[in-house]
Amino acid sequence: MVKKIEKDYSRFRSIVRGRIRKELKKYISRGELIGKVGKDYVSIPIPQIQLPHFRYGKNDGQGVGQGPGEPGDPLDEGQPGTDPGAGDTPGEHLLEVDVPLAELAKILGEELELPLIKPRGTRQIQADKERYTGIARSGPESLRHFKRTYREALKRSIAMGIYDEKNPVVVPFREDKRYRTWKVREIPQNNAVIIYMMDVSGSMGDEQKEIVRLEAFWIDTWLRSQYRKVDCRYIVHDAVAREVDQHTFYHVKESGGTKISSALQLCREIIERDYPPEEWNIYPFHFSDGDNWGSEDTRRCLELLEQNIFRASNVFCYGQVKSAYGSGQFKKDLDEHFGDDPRIITSEIRDREGIYGSIRDFLGKGR
Amino acid sequence: MTTRAMKGGVSQIHAEIARLASTIRGHALSYGLDPFDTTFELIKHDELNEVAAYGGFPTRYPHWRFGMHYEELEKGYSFGLQKIYELVINNDPCTAYLMKSNSLVDQKLVIAHVYGHSDFFKHNAWFSKTNRKMLDQMANHGTRLRRYVEKFGEGPVEDFLDACLSVENLIDYHSVYAPRKRRIDTPVEVQEREATVRKFQSKDYMDRFVNPRSFLEQQKKKIEGELARKRRLPEEPEKDVLLFLLENAPLDNWQRDVLSIVRDEAYYFAPQALTKIMNEGWASYWHSRIMTEKVLEPSEVIEYAEHHAGTLGTRPGVINPYKLGIELFRDIEDRWNRGRFGPEWERCDDVERRRNWDLKLGLGRKKIFEIRAIHNDLTFIDEFLTEDFCKEQKMFTYRHNPQSGRSEIHEREYDKIKETLLFRLTNMGHPIIRVTDGNYRNRGELLLEHQHAGLDLDLKEGRETLRNLFRIWKRPAHIATLVEGERKVYGYDGTKHSEEAAGAGQGS
Repeated sequence: MVKKIEKDYSRFRSIVRGRIRKELKKYISRGELIGKVGKDYVSIPIPQIQLPHFRYGKNDGQGVGQGPGEPGDPLDEGQPGTDPGAGDTPGEHLLEVDVPLAELAKILGEELELPLIKPRGTRQIQADKERYTGIARSGPESLRHFKRTYREALKRSIAMGIYDEKNPVVVPFREDKRYRTWKVREIPQNNAVIIYMMDVSGSMGDEQKEIVRLEAFWIDTWLRSQYRKVDCRYIVHDAVAREVDQHTFYHVKESGGTKISSALQLCREIIERDYPPEEWNIYPFHFSDGDNWGSEDTRRCLELLEQNIFRASNVFCYGQVKSAYGSGQFKKDLDEHFGDDPRIITSEIRDREGIYGSIRDFLGKGR
Repeated sequence: MTTRAMKGGVSQIHAEIARLASTIRGHALSYGLDPFDTTFELIKHDELNEVAAYGGFPTRYPHWRFGMHYEELEKGYSFGLQKIYELVINNDPCTAYLMKSNSLVDQKLVIAHVYGHSDFFKHNAWFSKTNRKMLDQMANHGTRLRRYVEKFGEGPVEDFLDACLSVENLIDYHSVYAPRKRRIDTPVEVQEREATVRKFQSKDYMDRFVNPRSFLEQQKKKIEGELARKRRLPEEPEKDVLLFLLENAPLDNWQRDVLSIVRDEAYYFAPQALTKIMNEGWASYWHSRIMTEKVLEPSEVIEYAEHHAGTLGTRPGVINPYKLGIELFRDIEDRWNRGRFGPEWERCDDVERRRNWDLKLGLGRKKIFEIRAIHNDLTFIDEFLTEDFCKEQKMFTYRHNPQSGRSEIHEREYDKIKETLLFRLTNMGHPIIRVTDGNYRNRGELLLEHQHAGLDLDLKEGRETLRNLFRIWKRPAHIATLVEGERKVYGYDGTKHSEEAAGAGQGS
């Protein structure tokens, strides 16, 4: 029996996907369940549509609680994203739960309706694999194919007229014998490398880095679910770029000017050295607040992208995190120069809320 | 509602549950509880989530938001984040849904808990006006709405329904307990006649003294004011905005019916929101007593304790109604048992004497039964939340600290805690909003007035809500409120939003 709720549910989904009732689109918010992967909390997005009401607004950050602690002690330690205003309203219990990464990727894919990635056609890695699917006229006796040999012998004896139905003995000759043999099958193997680049110049604050970290986490999770093997490389840059490990990437504090070309140059070198594009699906992601040092350097960037990086990569993604200091010029420059070029995707991330949208921008094309 | 066919093994479980239920009911009665007849239905998690998504009524009208709740519940359940054990419907007979996968101990606890709720529904005064045949009523609502959908199309009906739901909190939940006398419409002619000031009889030459000019003027003004008020719509500011719209908005019949459905259901659910702390506290109090004193087998103690503790667990920044409710009932029972109330107790500030205070009155049980009959959360907290209790329960107020971006414990002052808590419970946590003028600016526009009580409205949502009001009223809709201390009137006229600074209060 189809449950009654299914109809309401599918109607809700249609609204969320923007197929019907488009005017409700603006009320969609991302509710979340808090899950846990290892030590990290992750939120499992649950889209919600909140009809507007007359209700109390933002200066409503107070309430009553219960438990130990001194005045000044923070509440909700380690629970990012819980709404402080939700305090004394009797809430549903949010428990923490360990969610397998594969499951997370599935949820993400469903929620954001990400298409499965089509690996690049001609540049797939070809891996040889031998399978015994062929038949040959010669071979070792241990691989003799009895049925085929018998069939050949039967055909021949009938053709020669020596087959006797009353005494159906078939004696194979040497020429009748068939042997199993292997065929080489080319199995496409999709490997991918993600090259994360981040601007760590003075204008990128902690919040901006946190956004990049969150976004990178989801990109990672998704791409890992799509490829057998995913390598990650990390580059940080201010006026000069250097390759770092993951921990450093997220925690490094730098300051100084910004030369985006330095990162792209290093990215190019890494690709050329380690990742021949015929064998790898390459995803360079660059995050910055959009400030670059002079138009001269921007020109150099465009050049690098056009002549080297585009050719090597599946798609080049540029995420611009909004910061108080960044002018956001770089994205404008990219958009202006490349327009709708399918080889590049740019996205602006205003705040944490914007992460979902930006992931969809990057991964929604299925490249 | 459909009755589930019982087959083979299922009927055995049902029989077991029925047996348990009748035992537990016996215990409940022996304690003096008096629940409705209660039927228990065992259902699977997806069915339970479905019922819960419909607010307990499987036959409710179709709407996408139920689908939304369902998704949330299902996801929460499948990731192991949350689980509903039981669901009780305030209806006569009372219906309770139990999760089939509950362990036997859970089922016992939950059944005892349900009888607590059922007793509360039956005896608490705030439920005295609710429709006890709501299961049927909801089914009727569903049928009517589906009929409108067939006739007028899913889009328009849903669209209008959404607009109504957007203002569903604008009801006057008190009105059902003291129905206001409907105004009797006096014909205008009579009113006009009344506008002339009656004079005392007097001789002509005495008239100046018997009916002084200034007095006549004054009377005239008063009468005119009265008349003006009578001409105004509504005469008195009306808190039941939905009722006002039902009676005065230019609606099609089907729209009027949809609006009345939304209003009916809002009134039905209001008492449950009004008594959340008491209701859960009462049910928890009784499941705890029935379980620990009567039903629990020694082998079940640990499992019971774990579940009970889970239900009553607190997290910083959240008041758990189960916890607050049960502790308050226990505290009251104890105080009335030992006579720790009344002026003599209040006046006593001898710590030693207070500590050993025990008049051995044994009035506790009687008192809590009395409380469950007449109080709601607001009066319950106001009357019985004491300073000692706050200390004992380690209660505090918290505040959002914009510098650290986190909520922090603010203080442990009894007065402040109580004040904050009471504010949260006032009007069920909704801002108090009334219709003051249905002919605003003499152009048939709608004016609502927010009675500001310390917190500003959320303006972004407020504007969107005005849009929806416009869709119902079909003329521009406005709301007057205070924003950071300044009086402002926000409006929406069908195409654009407006914002005006307004001086002194218009209307009442």
